[in-house]
Amino acid sequence: MKHWLKATTAAVAGTAALGLASASAQAETLTIVSWGGAYTASQQKAYHDPYMEANPDVEIVNEDKSANGLAGVRAQVQAGNVTWDIVDMLEGPALTACAEGIIEPINHDEILADAPDGTPPSEDFVEGSLSECFIPEIVYATLFAYNKEAFPSGDYPSKVADVWDTDTYPGKRSLQKIPAGNMEWALMADGVPAGEVYDVLDTDEGIARAFKKLGELKGNTVWWTEGAQPPQLLADQEVSIATGYNGRFFNAQVVENQPFELMWDGQYFELDGWVIPKGKLTDRVKDYLHFATDTQRLADQAKYISYGPARKSSAPLVSTHAEAGIDMKPHMPTNPKNFENPIKKNAAWWADNGDEMSERFNAWLAR
Amino acid sequence: MAQAELTANAMTTADGTPLKVSLRRAMRRNKLIAFGLTAPLLLFILISFLMPIFDMAMRSVDNAAVPEAIPRTVQALEAWDGEGMPPDAAFAAMAADLKEGQKTRTIGQAATRLNYQESGMRSLIMKSARRIGQYEAPWKAALIDIDDDWEDPAVWKLIKRQSGAFTAAYYLNALDYTYNEEGEVVEQPEYRQIYQMLFVRTLWMSALITGLCLLLGFPVSYLLATLPARHSNLLMILVLLPFWTSLLVRTTSWIVMLQTEGVLNDILVWIGLISDDGRMQMIYNKIGTIVAMTQILLPFMILPLYSVMRGISPSYMRAARSLGANPLVAFWRVYVPQTVPGMGAGGILVFILAIGYYITPALVGGQSGQLISNYIAYHMQQSLNWGLAAAIGTILLGGVLVLYLIYNRIVGIDNMKLG
Amino acid sequence: MKKFPPYAGLLERSWHYVYLLICAFVFLYLITPILLIIPLSFNAEPYFTFTKGMLALDADAYSTRWYTDFFTSDSWIHSIKNSFIIAIASTFIATALGTVAALGLSRSYMPGRTLIMSILISPMIVPLIISGAAMFFFYSNINLAQTFPGVILAHTALGTPFVVITVTATLVGFDQQLVRASQSLGATPMRTFFKIIMPLIAPGVISGALFAFITSFDEVVIVLFLSGYEQRTIPLEMWSGIREQISPTILAVATLLVTISILLLTSLEMLRRRNEKLRGMSPG
Repeated sequence: MKHWLKATTAAVAGTAALGLASASAQAETLTIVSWGGAYTASQQKAYHDPYMEANPDVEIVNEDKSANGLAGVRAQVQAGNVTWDIVDMLEGPALTACAEGIIEPINHDEILADAPDGTPPSEDFVEGSLSECFIPEIVYATLFAYNKEAFPSGDYPSKVADVWDTDTYPGKRSLQKIPAGNMEWALMADGVPAGEVYDVLDTDEGIARAFKKLGELKGNTVWWTEGAQPPQLLADQEVSIATGYNGRFFNAQVVENQPFELMWDGQYFELDGWVIPKGKLTDRVKDYLHFATDTQRLADQAKYISYGPARKSSAPLVSTHAEAGIDMKPHMPTNPKNFENPIKKNAAWWADNGDEMSERFNAWLAR
Repeated sequence: MAQAELTANAMTTADGTPLKVSLRRAMRRNKLIAFGLTAPLLLFILISFLMPIFDMAMRSVDNAAVPEAIPRTVQALEAWDGEGMPPDAAFAAMAADLKEGQKTRTIGQAATRLNYQESGMRSLIMKSARRIGQYEAPWKAALIDIDDDWEDPAVWKLIKRQSGAFTAAYYLNALDYTYNEEGEVVEQPEYRQIYQMLFVRTLWMSALITGLCLLLGFPVSYLLATLPARHSNLLMILVLLPFWTSLLVRTTSWIVMLQTEGVLNDILVWIGLISDDGRMQMIYNKIGTIVAMTQILLPFMILPLYSVMRGISPSYMRAARSLGANPLVAFWRVYVPQTVPGMGAGGILVFILAIGYYITPALVGGQSGQLISNYIAYHMQQSLNWGLAAAIGTILLGGVLVLYLIYNRIVGIDNMKLG
Repeated sequence: MKKFPPYAGLLERSWHYVYLLICAFVFLYLITPILLIIPLSFNAEPYFTFTKGMLALDADAYSTRWYTDFFTSDSWIHSIKNSFIIAIASTFIATALGTVAALGLSRSYMPGRTLIMSILISPMIVPLIISGAAMFFFYSNINLAQTFPGVILAHTALGTPFVVITVTATLVGFDQQLVRASQSLGATPMRTFFKIIMPLIAPGVISGALFAFITSFDEVVIVLFLSGYEQRTIPLEMWSGIREQISPTILAVATLLVTISILLLTSLEMLRRRNEKLRGMSPG
């Protein structure tokens, strides 16, 4: 039966391929999966364009599927038909994928470039950021931002607890439709210090407490699912305070001149980086990774989007924004002034409890 | 009868074979030709469509990841009666499985699978697999040294319970049940219950949408069926155009219509019915889903109703009226009963389509307007719990098949008409 | 306008106008959303509502910039190409398989007819989300996920029920005597098929093909699960566009799709009339 199927599909494929033959097959293509929008654009300018300039026979194709990155990699590897070469992924899913054996283990010191002063990659990347299959690019933060026009009195929220204070700071809120982050902030708003949220979440009472606190905002919240939504919701004044990625807010604030202000209190930061689906660690991919994650390239990306480079040696090289011409250093999540009260996402806790929390979160939302 | 048979027996065809034999042969040939013509498509549907469905149904009970990743442990636990601690051999087997699984990277999938049952199993197994290489026998002490959860009999009972090649756990999960520590089936704690409520919501919203379609579709179908052809053909376009227009286009237009800065709110503000600050939330909730889905599914109600009504002769009504029935009674007692087949056909069609809807609720349903399909998609793409997605899908499929059978009984698939 | 029968009372007459009003409302409900997006797609501003300028019919308030956006975007052009490749290929296979099967089904000696028919119609009945999930698992196992053949096969399966239904319906009125006459006059089965059967069932075949085409052309759920970047289609681009933030470009695409629907609807209507004329069922 399978033979028959294959014969038929081959015939169909032949017809379909005729129309496509022209589109592919001239250059070597690298399919790079990322998050789309301003983020992919920053990678395009900082990594892809210079790489293609240096290697004219390579064509880099962007696919905006990182939101479903783990599902896609898993499906492709199981299917034995891997079409993605390099995938941009968060640390948490990368840990899961690595444990399932669907992405390649990386020897960082062998593949990646040393820092200009000769420090090997294993010492140059931010502490604790390297893991077996993961090459960090950036540190990024999810945090609260508000539209100044929504508070004409000039009294702006400044700490996480203010988000819950809908009397003083009226208007709707927008939160991401996942439990991660929201539960930590709820506990912070309920008086738990940032450093202790995971200790509290380790108990059943702590989880119940987080949901109870979230419940105070539930009726007043617009839930977002795509990174592009929160800046839009703020701009349209559908909501007055929203969580979102710091890079997107920066883009809206500085490049599009929106009256937004970022609230760095309780910034929830995590790592984002590259993983390589099983079987795709080719010489070409290694060469690209060597180029795209060196000190200069990581610093360059910060010219286009305000995410912090994952290499320590990149930090001093961060310069001004390519279009707006402003100094990017104050906009980095890793800038000490922004880093006063952060929460580091505990990827291991979420790997363990993510399924159950999502289930509870969905049940709680649907109620 | 006997006479006729006798005569037939006596008759032969030109080449001398008895007519009866020849007829039977011709009949068999006809059957073969008929079947032969249908066979290619039948085969195609079986392979490209029904086999995937079957494959999905299998996935909803598939548990192979666990016995494949920890075969020695599964075997060692077989003899254990579940009382107290498992034998030391089970610890040794687990240690060997973990070492092997760490090397072949098969342990991760089993850890993911067991973590669905009990949060924390993933890290327990992954941590143990990473560290076990540094330990030596005795393995019981080694495992407990890595994590004292291994001292908890509940962990071992869970592994024993989930060590078969098949599991009912996904179905239990899909119906808000779970196993307790003793392995009995119990309801999920209330804060984790969601699917029963979603199935119920899907059913009642589909019923409501079907009802609305009937309510709106009936008068229009009646008008179309009673108007002269050249008028009704023109009006029919108003029904057929939406029918032929892309689902996404229609959903997009509802977003444009209903959003707070949208056309409908603008009109309401303009005529002064609401104030500019009091714009109504008509989208990203149940209302959005119902309004959009009713419009999208309405043609599926109107078309079968119309074709039934076209076949009803107006003389019945005239007869009832002339016999003195008042218009309402005549309509209700004489006309409406004759439209029941059309209402049944349209109703079931709309209902079947509605309970499986995904795109429209996903785009305009917000949180309260999500249906069960949206959670299938969620588990397919976000949570990646594919076994659970398959279980919910199979339950939904079962419901649809029952409705399909009813439809087949009432209408007959042969009588299905399009456009 | 309408002539009431002599026994109609005042109440009945006024009810009749209320009734017409209700019908008008339903028609409005059906058609307004579709027609509304057409003018809005020419909005010069990136809003989804009528600006003052538009209402005043100020020419400056209208623009074709969203159409320019659409036709100059590589991503959209790519998806248009894919949509046509996939829809045409799957329509072709679905029509061939479906027509032949319908010929078999409408023969009087078909064994197990109801069962076979139920199986053949099933892709139309099973909710798309289930088909999509199931095909994703299965086609991944046989290396067809994220390939053109995979998407085309899936869409073919979805399209065949429409062809089977429309062709079978055409064959109901088909006079089998014609076939016998042709064969008794010495025509080969092939010749009979192309000279006798085909011209008569052509309207059914073509309308089935149109259904199969639009099914594939509009389909998004299966594509969502099965296609990769290379196979993305117009509906998939629209879907991701709407989910992120609907841009007026989406309205331009929507308007173009409505135009395609109108074209399809018109050709289908013409076919129907031709069919009725051919069979002498309609005065014309």
